[in-house]
Amino acid sequence: MSLLEVKDLKVRVEEREILHGLSLTVNPGEVHAIMGPNGSGKSTLSHVIAGKPGYEVTGGEILFRGEDLLEMSPDQRAAKGVFLAFQYPVEIPGVTTMNFLRTALNAQRRARGESEFLVPDFLKKVRNVAASLNIPMDMLKRGVNVGFSGGEKKRNEILQMALFEPAVCILDEMDSGLDIDALRVAADGVNALRSPDRAMVVITHYQRLLNYIVPDFVHVMSKGRVVKSGGKELALELEASGYAQFEDAA
Amino acid sequence: MNVALVKNETASALSDSFALARGRLPGSGKVASAREAAFAAYAQAGLPHRRIEDWKYTDLRALMRDVLPLAAAPDAAELTRAAAAAKLHAIDGVRRLVLVDGVFAPQLSDLGGLEKGVSVRTLREALEAGDAALQAQLLAPDNANPMVALNSAMMTDGVVIDIADGVVLTQPLQIVHIASGHVPAAMFTRSLLRLGKNAGATLVESYIAAEGAKAYQVHDSLIIAIGNNSRLDHVRLNEDGRDAFNISSAVVSLGAHAHFNTFGMMSGAGVSRYQATIAIAGEGSKVETNGVNLLNGKQHADTTLFMDHAVPNGASREIFRAVVDDRAHSVFQGRIIVRPHAQKTDAKMMTRALLLSDEAEADNKPELEIFADDVTCGHGATTGALDESLLFYLRARGLSEKEAQALLIQAFVGEAIETIVNDGLRELAIAAARRWLEARG
Repeated sequence: MSLLEVKDLKVRVEEREILHGLSLTVNPGEVHAIMGPNGSGKSTLSHVIAGKPGYEVTGGEILFRGEDLLEMSPDQRAAKGVFLAFQYPVEIPGVTTMNFLRTALNAQRRARGESEFLVPDFLKKVRNVAASLNIPMDMLKRGVNVGFSGGEKKRNEILQMALFEPAVCILDEMDSGLDIDALRVAADGVNALRSPDRAMVVITHYQRLLNYIVPDFVHVMSKGRVVKSGGKELALELEASGYAQFEDAA
Repeated sequence: MNVALVKNETASALSDSFALARGRLPGSGKVASAREAAFAAYAQAGLPHRRIEDWKYTDLRALMRDVLPLAAAPDAAELTRAAAAAKLHAIDGVRRLVLVDGVFAPQLSDLGGLEKGVSVRTLREALEAGDAALQAQLLAPDNANPMVALNSAMMTDGVVIDIADGVVLTQPLQIVHIASGHVPAAMFTRSLLRLGKNAGATLVESYIAAEGAKAYQVHDSLIIAIGNNSRLDHVRLNEDGRDAFNISSAVVSLGAHAHFNTFGMMSGAGVSRYQATIAIAGEGSKVETNGVNLLNGKQHADTTLFMDHAVPNGASREIFRAVVDDRAHSVFQGRIIVRPHAQKTDAKMMTRALLLSDEAEADNKPELEIFADDVTCGHGATTGALDESLLFYLRARGLSEKEAQALLIQAFVGEAIETIVNDGLRELAIAAARRWLEARG
């Protein structure tokens, strides 16, 4: 059984259809890149998979290990192992990152019928993960993402990914707003989480990110559909020729 | 238009109750004549209503209708119920001074082993046998505010605390107001805290109800005088019964280089109004006035602050947060006046309300009146719902809708609660907020 199956998905926002029948199959261990110009529906796809309100699914389905993902609330999806790394992680003043991480991790564990992490075990786990991502513990005592740089916010997303150990990670424009050094640190964090059990869907506008996170498959989206799929060489092709050819094709 | 009629009925019913109560009200001579004048001022004005600007959002004629008769002094059964309530709401490590149905209860209070330089008396003693200066201080609040005037006329008991120069109390003092009567009644209390020079203290005020207390009214006032170079920390927790009324006033004055940090949390009472007048009378003093309203059902809670900068180099900060659910109504009125000589005043006020239901209401009215030209003053007010993008982020990380809301509400009130300096009292406020959130289900 596939891990994630998007079948002929049609999505509207208000009165406008954004996705016009998109299909995508992701198996454990695979890394898929979704590329496309602005407005092609890449972020919409990531939001609908995570369960963000405001989108109306008018056709098709999304299955996660064969279960209907669209029937689940966002927190149920998270507990099942769906993780969205946000393009723009929000700032939450007054909630320390530590408190947030522990509340979230334990909420997911409770939902799965697992025991909650005790504080010492939790701290040990966070310390290890934070050290590997070069995140100082002091940063985690501040409000969630408050006063963080763009790179720090993205690293905080990867920290959560490492802590929650999801089955599918959707990385929405992880490279936006990052300089090359910050990008390398973030990509190293993601690569460390690649495993035969885990799949990743990397959404990006630019080929650059894919030099660091090398995908198994590349899909080109245009106007709400996947218009071409191929191996990693497709990304290089796009870099050379641009998206214009696909916009015409769609 | 039968406003006059309503006023007359209320006033005449109250005149009878004042006449009936007079025999029980302590003090003669100047005290008694001050009561007469205060009562006359109240009777003239009647209960404040919405056409009086200061009471626009809290129309006591509509909300309270009339003032109940003076509560009887508690009997043995009532004191037993009050003792149980006091135990249930006990705070570790404080010295308790308990008022039951508006009467000081020595048997429930911790009067033993008072620190050197600290004296505690009852208001009754002070009005009957206190020196002229003390009595003048107790009668100082003027009659312009009808509810203060009513309190001056009817004040029955309370505590008078003196802390001598140079004394810094480590143990917080707590004044506990307990309503215990099964018969609806009103209690009228007034307390005074005089903090000498180079002194320090922490005062907690709590309002609670004993099992079975019925639709009672608390009419309370607190007078605070903070000497030069002294610091007072003040925490006020209103956990009155849901059908109770609580109309409380505070009149605070600070000397030079003094510091007043006050925090109020309103989660109890059906209808409440807390009106505080804080005057900086000596240079270089600092005031922090912070508060949180946690309201649901049909609760109505009004916090009205008047910050008076009368001298130069004063600083004041007001942080106020209201969380309003169901059909509750939160009111915050904050007025800052900077008088002509009060140069270099630094005054800021920020009030924010969070509405959790479509029928919840929050009225925020910040007002600045600045008559000096070299000052830093500012205010801000916002009202809104929980941020959808924050809620989604938390839910995408596994928090249920209620958990996500609770975390954001805690963060919202946290900024105000964190201003409480005493660790134990801060934890107490955090726990009260958490209980309120858990009760939402």
